[in-house]
Amino acid sequence: MSLQTKRRVSAALGLSTALMAVTGRLALAADDKMNQLNMPVGVTDVGKSIYDLHMIILWICVVIGALVFGVMFYSIIYHRKSRGAKAASFHESTKVEIAWTVVPFVILIGMAVPATSTLIDIYDFDDAEMDILITGYQWKWKYEYLNEDGENVSFFSNMSTPQSEIYNTQSKNSNYLLEVDEPVVIPVGTKVRFLVTANDVIHSWWVPELAVKKDAIPGFINETWAMANEIGTYRGQCSELCGKDHGFMPVVVEVVSKEDYASWMSEKQVEAEEIKSLMAQNFSMDELMSRGKAVYERACQACHGANGEGGVGTAIAGSDVATGEIAGHLNIGINGVAGSAMQAFGGQLNDVEMAAVITYQRNAFGNNMGDMVQPIDVFNYKKG
Amino acid sequence: MGDHAHGPAKGLSRWLFTTNHKDIGTMYLWFSFAMFILGGSFAMIIRAELFQPGMQLVEPGFFNQMTTLHGLVMVFGAIMPSFVGLANWMIPMMIGAPDMALPRMNNWSFWILPPAFLMLASTLFMEGGAPGFGWTFYAPLSTTYAPPSVTFFIFAIHILGLSSIMGSINIIATVMNMRAPGMSYMKMPLFVWTWLITAFLLVAVMPVLAGAVTMMLMDIHFGTSFFSAAGGGDPVLFQHIFWFFGHPEVYIIILPAFGVVSQIIPAFARKPLFGYDSMVYATAAIAFLSFIVWAHHMYTVGMPIAGELFFMYATMLIAVPTGVKVFNWVTTMWRGSLSFETPMLFCIGFLILFTIGGFTGLMLSIAPADFQYHDSYFVVAHFHYVMVAGAVFSMSAAVYYWLPKWCGRMYNETMGKTHFWISFIGFNITFFPQHFVGLAGMPRRIPDYALQFADFNMMSSIGAFIYGASQILFLYNVVATIVSGKPVSDDKVWDGAEGLEWTVPTPAPYHTFEVPPKIDPAHAHT
Repeated sequence: MSLQTKRRVSAALGLSTALMAVTGRLALAADDKMNQLNMPVGVTDVGKSIYDLHMIILWICVVIGALVFGVMFYSIIYHRKSRGAKAASFHESTKVEIAWTVVPFVILIGMAVPATSTLIDIYDFDDAEMDILITGYQWKWKYEYLNEDGENVSFFSNMSTPQSEIYNTQSKNSNYLLEVDEPVVIPVGTKVRFLVTANDVIHSWWVPELAVKKDAIPGFINETWAMANEIGTYRGQCSELCGKDHGFMPVVVEVVSKEDYASWMSEKQVEAEEIKSLMAQNFSMDELMSRGKAVYERACQACHGANGEGGVGTAIAGSDVATGEIAGHLNIGINGVAGSAMQAFGGQLNDVEMAAVITYQRNAFGNNMGDMVQPIDVFNYKKG
Repeated sequence: MGDHAHGPAKGLSRWLFTTNHKDIGTMYLWFSFAMFILGGSFAMIIRAELFQPGMQLVEPGFFNQMTTLHGLVMVFGAIMPSFVGLANWMIPMMIGAPDMALPRMNNWSFWILPPAFLMLASTLFMEGGAPGFGWTFYAPLSTTYAPPSVTFFIFAIHILGLSSIMGSINIIATVMNMRAPGMSYMKMPLFVWTWLITAFLLVAVMPVLAGAVTMMLMDIHFGTSFFSAAGGGDPVLFQHIFWFFGHPEVYIIILPAFGVVSQIIPAFARKPLFGYDSMVYATAAIAFLSFIVWAHHMYTVGMPIAGELFFMYATMLIAVPTGVKVFNWVTTMWRGSLSFETPMLFCIGFLILFTIGGFTGLMLSIAPADFQYHDSYFVVAHFHYVMVAGAVFSMSAAVYYWLPKWCGRMYNETMGKTHFWISFIGFNITFFPQHFVGLAGMPRRIPDYALQFADFNMMSSIGAFIYGASQILFLYNVVATIVSGKPVSDDKVWDGAEGLEWTVPTPAPYHTFEVPPKIDPAHAHT
């Protein structure tokens, strides 16, 4: 074999290995979301009509592009100087110029009609069967089911992907960055109105398969809605830059049957009642510590470190706050520190959770205060 | 050199105190290239972090600082000053003027830029880090929740705005007052036209940006609540003000690029520009429309439906004059006698990629569909097709086209063509897959992403490294040309080139048109 042939063979081998690697990768991606090329059709009627709009405009662009580039490449091939092409001298034509002004205008009107009717559908908030208030926080979502007859059910939804997966010490699971500790649950075939707002900076609540994206703006409430036609789990993300962990506040929507929704809701209500009764209870140190640890890992650890060593936030181990007076500690936990990343957790944690986490911080990481905070203390502190 | 004329001063004072449009143009061009490299290295950090899922190289907070500074440096440091530099060099030579109308102000408008960018870059080393709230700096992330360095950012923006306003006033004054006798408005080269319109846009919207950052400053330090609902303000007000500046801003970036392409395509088609008059009207129409479409960046903020519809219709309308321009360029090539030197290659690259960016722009204008596209990588792909393939490609074309006139030496054509092909391929590998991940649901400005986006992101990163590397070739080619390129002595470097700049000697002497040229009244336009 000559050197040249050898080179060719090895180049061909290299190329085919690369191709095999790519196809292998694609084959591995059993999940049809892997390497998805296009917008999801989604599971709502609105999503379908948005998808249709998207495809119509895409094809119109493709056709126009083929015409324009076709003419251009014809010129590039046949009107080259190297082929002996002689330049013509024409430089205007009123007729042609009017034509290519009017024709695109007509096409645009053709596009505007379906776009307008879809938009009108999207803006029809009437007849919603239930309302959910969505509040964006740095960097989590709070869902509150508004209930005219009784207590609202509300909870926070935090990303549940562990830091070890993000920092590559553990292999990533298939829902990497798109999983939460508690998803928002809605019934299938029901028009659900979402009221969207934020607590701190602007966020945006986006679920591609529901075709819903609405900015969450502090101090204002936006409306949007969805009616999912299919049961399933739909994942999205915050889509407005909201600071450091903008990439780590996913949205997970669980669409369930109406019966499942009803039983989920009654469970949540029972849970809420239980928490209410816990408020009046006195806990032992062990109970507070174990509850507090769980709360700490969920709400504090990202900034203050797994061992209270600090990070974005100050260290808790040996800190003046955690080893100082209980009132001062409660103040910072409940009201936060204005102008810093330390949020006011008074509205985010219930009194049991707050009591537990304060107790935990005072008695963990080498802090040995030996004192306890009970839910009633938190309640009384909040009352002033 | 005329007998009463003088050459440049010697040493550093030539550059510090110069009032010569060519010197100032040169400084603008080199400064913008330095910023292009700086902003590009930020982009390399971004793409390196996004090479694989998971956090590898930087922390999320630093990642945000990189995306923010990449945008700011590229828009305000690289693209805008590069076109101002080109305007400085070419407008006097194209209209037969001896210099810019306001030469001392010209010196100032350049020399306040380097300190402003030094200050902006220095925020990286401040406590709390550089601004990480995106180049669009939406309140309240950029006010209540901003790092302390935001104050320096605000001051830098003020200075940049000042520089742009001074540069624009200068261009307007020059074009209106210093055209050679006989050069009526409708005889001006299209590059001059597009810059005149751009300058008016700048004068109109830069003060709006200054207002926005001043209100931020007040909110941060003086207890006002323009953008805080808690004090009776509105965070969305910020977005309206920002985009009232920001949308004309994108045309400020692209209109001079249109001008460049309109000069170069006829030269290598050896045929006059098709539809000169309609080009001028289309530019003016685009400039006008740019003022009434700003809220298409804000379809998801919760505007009333009437607002959504108005901004959707107005935005769709921009496709008409933009289409006219593309059709005119293609028709200019039609039945020409085409050759494909590097400037022409970059213009054809511009034409193809800008048109693709225009198509995605049209898709984005459809408000209901935008609910899916908004703030996704689809948008990132769209505006890089317009900004990089639009502004940067046309700027590369301009440098190759006029460099022989500037320095009297010819660049290496093979290396130029190689630069084009590597750029073109690298650019498309970088940004085409971003359409896919965007449609599939990947938000922009995230430091880490879900696994289904991994392959396209890796591809995108590889493309970015290729594209980045090709710019080193560009730098080398330009420096080598200036130092040791083959001398050219023809006034008219390109056989098909038209215009007054090709009537002066090569290289262009320090002073040109001390005596106004005679404009042939029969000649339609250049």
